[in-house]
This record gives sequence, structure tokens and C-alpha cells, in this order.
Amino acid sequence: MGPKRSVADMKPGETAVISDFLDDNLSTKLLEMGFLPGTAVRFNFTAPLGDPVCVSVSGYDLSLRIDEASTIVILN
Amino acid sequence: MAIDKKLKIALAGKPNSGKSSLFNKLTGLNQKIGNFPGITVDKRTGTCQLNYQTVAEIIDLPGIYSLYPRTLDEKIVAEVFADQNGSFYPDCVVLVADATNLKNCMLLLTQLIDLKLPMVLALNMMDLAAQSGQSIDIQELSASLDLPVVMINGRTGQGIDDLKAVLLKPILPSKKLIYKIDAEIKPLVSTIKNKFNLSTEYEAYQYLQQTDNLVFLSAQDRAYIFEQAETEKFFPHKYQGAETVMRYGFIQDLLNRVILKTSDPEWKKFSYRIDRVLTHKVWGYLIFFSVLFLIFQSIFAWAQIPMDFIDSTFAKLSNTLDEFFPKGPFFDLITQGVIPGIGGILIFIPQIAILFACISILEESGYMARVVFLMDKIMRKFGLSGKSVVPLISGMACAIPAIMATRTIENWKDRVITIFVTPFMSCSARLPVFTILVALIIPEDKLFGFFNYQGLVLMGLYLLGFFAAILSAFVLKLIIKTKERSYLIMEMPTYRKPKWANVGYTIVEKTKSFVFEAGKIILAISVILWVLASYGPGDKMKGAEEVVHKESIGKNLTENELESKVAAYKLEHSYAGIIGKALEPAIKPLGYDWKIGIALVTSFAAREVFVSTIATIYSLGSTDDEQTIKGRLKSEINPETGGPRYTPAVGLSLLVFYTLAMQCMSTLAVVKRGTKGWKWPLLQLVYMTVVAYLAAFVVFQSFS
Repeated sequence: MGPKRSVADMKPGETAVISDFLDDNLSTKLLEMGFLPGTAVRFNFTAPLGDPVCVSVSGYDLSLRIDEASTIVILN
Repeated sequence: MAIDKKLKIALAGKPNSGKSSLFNKLTGLNQKIGNFPGITVDKRTGTCQLNYQTVAEIIDLPGIYSLYPRTLDEKIVAEVFADQNGSFYPDCVVLVADATNLKNCMLLLTQLIDLKLPMVLALNMMDLAAQSGQSIDIQELSASLDLPVVMINGRTGQGIDDLKAVLLKPILPSKKLIYKIDAEIKPLVSTIKNKFNLSTEYEAYQYLQQTDNLVFLSAQDRAYIFEQAETEKFFPHKYQGAETVMRYGFIQDLLNRVILKTSDPEWKKFSYRIDRVLTHKVWGYLIFFSVLFLIFQSIFAWAQIPMDFIDSTFAKLSNTLDEFFPKGPFFDLITQGVIPGIGGILIFIPQIAILFACISILEESGYMARVVFLMDKIMRKFGLSGKSVVPLISGMACAIPAIMATRTIENWKDRVITIFVTPFMSCSARLPVFTILVALIIPEDKLFGFFNYQGLVLMGLYLLGFFAAILSAFVLKLIIKTKERSYLIMEMPTYRKPKWANVGYTIVEKTKSFVFEAGKIILAISVILWVLASYGPGDKMKGAEEVVHKESIGKNLTENELESKVAAYKLEHSYAGIIGKALEPAIKPLGYDWKIGIALVTSFAAREVFVSTIATIYSLGSTDDEQTIKGRLKSEINPETGGPRYTPAVGLSLLVFYTLAMQCMSTLAVVKRGTKGWKWPLLQLVYMTVVAYLAAFVVFQSFS
């Protein structure tokens, strides 16, 4: 098993399962937006400068900054 | 329900759920835009005739995903629902949900159910849901939630009558309880519930979660809640996360039963294909800058015709009435102070209307989210956010609609910084000043026989304004401290055709709020400035004509020339003239004399007034012909040096001053409205004036 990966480490087109959050403050907001542990998240594409990124979760598309995406731990 | 009591209905829901469309459909033009007391969030209310007897007051709440607020907009919603005695506490809530994405509309719904608010669920965009292959079992949904459910189409207005019919019937709160409060905090919640006489446990729990936002409670009461939470070791975050997970558990279970066929991602493919172009690293920026250019061009060019029309209409009106009314200070005030003042407000309407038409098309179509996505990283380096781009660029046409457009920036710090630096962008009102001065001091030669020097200087001035804005933003980023964390967890809506009615409503709303709110301040200042420029102490003003006539004997002046001389004499001896003269020692280091001082005073209202003031003071009558003014300025002699008054150093110093100074009371009025107070506009005025003064000083001293 490698080190913990986060949404920020994903590649375009990749799908993974959310397992945990690293930032307590941000996690409540992320939960409300549908980032629930156990839910699938798909990494769609990044902005041309690499930040922010566009992901799909709970059936819709969201943009996240890299430092926000890096607080979402994934299993894969 | 008593007949004399208006039914209060609040529209709630997440952003992009079609709340505004429904609001527009329900209220038509019976809308009022105001502010929630004390903060900057727009409050949209309107009335709706439910049937012949019943009128309802509709409140359109800002779009939110949950009751836990992070931005100002979200705080106001939490407050409305927490304050049962507040003036906005609704009799009934219509929760507008996007049927294509029911899941993330349901979190708020379940929270409001637990608050025992009478509620109707309005399912919007059912047509799109059907296209995506989804169908929803409405009966099962309604039964499971114990709520009336209505299908509506905010675009066509279908289902609005059904909704009205449901609202006319008594609506009972749902009997469901979705979030069961953790056993370990039950005693604490009961204590709070009894102390404040609340009707539900969830409300008491909200009191504990959001003590800071309960501004309607006394400081003592809040201290009491904090104390209780402290002794019982209540940590808000711990329970918030658990609550959200529990609610989503319920929601997922419910959706599994009511959604008959899960959404087929195929229908989004079109949107993805557009995204591949619009967020492409080359095409994306190219298209974005073309769109910006188009917006900029349309404000700059298309607004000119209606603006000239308003300008000439008001000039005519004021002349006609001047002849019609008897002479006297009161009528002078009307014809020369108030009417041009009103004209000065209305002149901004074309620019405001065009900019907001463009912005609302971008928002309605879903493109705005992509603009933010493209620009966020660059803008964040300077303390701004992706959402600051459109206001900043619009500032190059006019700062007023640009500052009004900062509303969409949720983060307070990002918004204040954007508002603060936008007036540095060179707006179209600076152009008349620029063209005269540049033509005056810069030769028409070409660099390498190709680049026009005048054009280069003009471009340099625009760049100067741009860099002043960016650098100021960078400094402010370091100075302003805030607890509110900036984040960009933003929905990327699928592309849609804009709803033209909504575009129209946005234009009306923005224009109204400018004319009625900022307009008052603009009118007051323009009347004051008019008084300053038309009246003076002693009888010098009254004797102006005699003095000038005496001086001119034997000079063979035409009547027009005489009149111009009288006007110049009057301006010199008016209060504005006195202030201009008093300013002379202060502005001498910049290379200016008292005549320029007077122009600085009068152009505080609006910088383009510089040109007409200069014309008056040099006895040119009321001309704004560039050649005449330029010729006259060229021949003006500086008595101290014996050389020309307008040397390149003076001209450059003036150009730099006009680029950087805050000389636009309308902008200040809009900033005051946007930031809810005088603190930011005054800071901005002082800061920009100081920067302009120092820069002009450096320029003059190093070039002379």
C-alpha cells in the first residue's frame, strides 16, 4: 500500500472512492456538497494552469481548488 | 389566516435551481430590491396575487445548499429561519429543487423539515430530467416527506397555477423527523429549548451550532448559550459532519425509491464537449478574451448613442426651463443644479443595462462558472478571485456597473479588494481628459515611423491604471485580515440557453437599485458642487458683469466673448474658485496653478467635467471643441517662468493625476451601497488621492 492519495493526485478521467477528509473546517462544506465517504468521485479535467480542477460527484460537476481537493482522501 | 394579514412565502433552494425564474414568474414586475438590514446582501421581495382575495409577499432568499452558513449570503438565510419573531420569518417555504440533480437539493429540505416549517417542494426542470432519462415518483416522494410536491417549469411558467393553488390551502409542517439528535447532547438541547421556549429540538440544536449568527438575541442570551455549550463540551463541527452524513443516508434511501431510472450521463456529453473547447488552454483563453472584448466594446461604443441622447435631452430641458421660469436662486437651483444632477445619474443607465445584460447572459448560460475556472489561479496571486475578472475589465468602460457586478463574489475579502481597486482601471470618462492633454503635450510624431507617440502614451496610461489596480490588490491582500476562508467549491452547471426574461429582470433590477440608491448621493453632491461653483461670498458675483464690462471698454468684444469673460470672472470668485486658489500652495509641487485647482475641485464630481471647467475658466464659453481648447491651453503663459503654462511636465503630471485619482462621486456612492457604509468609500478616496498626488509629484519633479 502506497501513501494516502487525495483527489488532487488523480488523473483526468480517473474514478475513485472518497474515504476521509484532512481539513475539519472544509469537510463540513464538502459533505454538504455531496462529497460523502464511500461515494464515487470522477476527476474530469483541470483548468489550463493546473488549478482549479473539475470533478463529478453525486451526479453533478464541481470545481475545486487544488488545495481544497488535496483535503479529500481517496481509496483506490 | 386573517384576511388583512399578508401571507409571507420564502423561496429557498440551492444556486442555479431556478429560484429566480420562479420568483420572476410569481411576482412579475411587482418586485422590490432592497438590503437585508445591516449587511450587503440584496433582499428581493415582491407581491403575488394568489387569487382574487389573497396577496402573498414573496421573499427570494439567496441560494444555499445547507443551513450552515459560510458566506454573508448564507448567513442571512440561516438568520431568517432562526428568528421566529423576525420580520422575514415566513409562513411557508417553497423549496425549489432542480429535478435533474435532486440529491444536492435535498440536504436543505431535510433541515427545514426538522425545523417544522410549513413547506412545499417545487420540482423545477422536470423536462430536463425527463430528457436525461429520469422519472420521479412524485406520490412516493410526497408521502415519504409528508409534504406537498408540485412540478413546475420556471422557463415556461407551467405548474405555477398549481403551486399557487397549493399555497392557498393551509399547509401543515411535515411530521417527519430526519436528524435524530445525538443522545449525549439531548440534555443540553432540552435546556436551550426550554430556556428560549423553542418549538423543536432541532431549532435548539441550531442555536447551539450557530450562536454567533443569532444577532436577534441579546449578547447576554448568546453568552448563556456559549456557557452551556462550554460546560457540556459541545463541539459544533463534530456534530455537523455526523448530521450531514445521516441526512444523506436518508436522502439516498429515499431517492433509490422515488427515482425510477437513474440518470444517464450521456445527456451531459454535449456539455463536456463544449467544455473541452471553452476551457482549452489556447481556445479557452482566446474565446474568453474575445467575449471580454465584446462586452467592453458594447459598453464603450453602443452605450454612447443613448448617453449622448440623455445628455442633450437634459441640456435642452434645462435651457428651456431656464427661459420659461422667472429668474431667481430657486429656479436656478432647479434648472442648473437639480436637472443636470438627475441627468448625471440617468446617463449611466445605458452602460449599466448593457453590462448587466452581458453578465446575466454569461451567468444564465453557465459560461460564467468557466470564466471563474479559467482565471482563478492567476487572479488569486493578487488577492483577487476568478470572479473579479469581469468587474475589473468592465471597469475600463465604467466603474459603476463594474462595482455593482462584484455582488457575485461571495467571499467578503475578495469582494472588498475588487471593489477597492476597480476605479483604478481607466474608465471611459477619463478619455476626454486624456485626449485633450495628450494632444496638447505629446507631438504627433511616430516612433520608428510606425508607432504613434500619442497612442503609446495613451496606452501607457491604461497600463498605469491596470498596474495600480493589481499592485493595490496585492497590498490589500496582505493587510486585510479575515476569518472567512476563501474557497472555490463551485458548481459547474451544464450549459443552457439563457432565459431572456431573466436577463430583462436583471437589467431592471440593477438599474432601479442604482437610480434609487446611489442616485440620492449623486444628486446631493452635484447640487452642492453647483452651489459652490455658482455662488461666492460678498458682492463680487453680483458685480461681475459691471466689472467685466468696465475692463473690456474699448476692446471691441462681441457679446459672446463678453459673456464668456463674465462666466470666467464668476467662476474665479465663486466658492469653488476660492477653494481652487486656496489649493494652490498644495498643488504647486505638482506644477498646477489655481485655475487647474478649480478644475480639480469641480471634477471631483466627475472627471470629465475637467474639460468644460477649463473651457469656462479660460473664457471659451461653453465649448468642448478639442481644437479650440487645445489652442487656448497652448498659448497660456506661466507668469513665473514666462514660458508656456502647459509644459510636458505639467501635462504628464495632470495625466497621471487623472489616471489615479478617485474623481467620481457616483463610484463612491456605489461603493458605499456595495459595502454598506462610508468606511470603504472614504478609505478609497483618501488612498487614491494620495497615490495620485504622490505619483503626479514624482512625475512633475522628474520631468521639469
